[in-house]
Amino acid sequence: MHLILFIVFAGCCLAGAINLLVQSHPINSALSLIVVMTSLAVLYLLLGAEFLAAAQIIVYAGAIMVLFTFVVMLLNAGREERTLGSHAAKAVGFPAVVAILAVIATVLLKAKGLGEASLSDGITTTEDLSKVLFRDLLLPFEVTSVLILVAILGAVALARAGDGERPAGK
Amino acid sequence: MIPLSWYLLLSAALFSLGVIGFLIKRNLITVFMSIELMLNGVNLSFVTFAHQWHTVKGQIFVFFVMMVAAAEAAVGLAIIIAVFRARATLAVDRIDLMKL
Repeated sequence: MHLILFIVFAGCCLAGAINLLVQSHPINSALSLIVVMTSLAVLYLLLGAEFLAAAQIIVYAGAIMVLFTFVVMLLNAGREERTLGSHAAKAVGFPAVVAILAVIATVLLKAKGLGEASLSDGITTTEDLSKVLFRDLLLPFEVTSVLILVAILGAVALARAGDGERPAGK
Repeated sequence: MIPLSWYLLLSAALFSLGVIGFLIKRNLITVFMSIELMLNGVNLSFVTFAHQWHTVKGQIFVFFVMMVAAAEAAVGLAIIIAVFRARATLAVDRIDLMKL
């Protein structure tokens, strides 16, 4: 049962990621990224991370992707222009990516110590998570809220129309 | 039962697809989406290793990565709006003011 779920949602994940690269319209890429993130939430559940599965759907598939689709529609982003792109990216980038993927795959397939995913003893409840988060890691958690506040202020300051850009006479 | 190496392979594949998207996509927003894809790939391997070693800290790291990704998305999309307002384009080839 778990194996079937893993295969189906890992397939959805990879298909969504490949579709993101193939599509030329940004809104299609954004929608396939939502598929990737929702499938990842199911994979987190299979690994016993129930809080992260919920957070993945709420934060990633919800908040961040709404922001993305909103910006795509706000800027009226059209079909992507097919240009040649950078030659250095093609000459160095693709062999490097393939080489890194090959190295990682070889290391992973040869690794002996890796176990198997089982939900019998591996479930991390939200209670376990919050005990560590609010006891040992309280200061980093609070600092994160400052980071979010600074990001909100920065986003508002950046996206607001500057005074110099307004047409004269108004 | 599912071997954990499959999860790690999926995470490596997602990360590589993100890098490839970063290299081939020519739209500013799509390039940004590729970065999110890479972050998600790394998050999956964090959760996998947290499951392997039965520790909670790995999952908490993913939580912080999500927070930073939310902040990054807010600021990055604001920058994209500002760039579009200044240059009236989203094509990365046209935004070349600092190119030699």
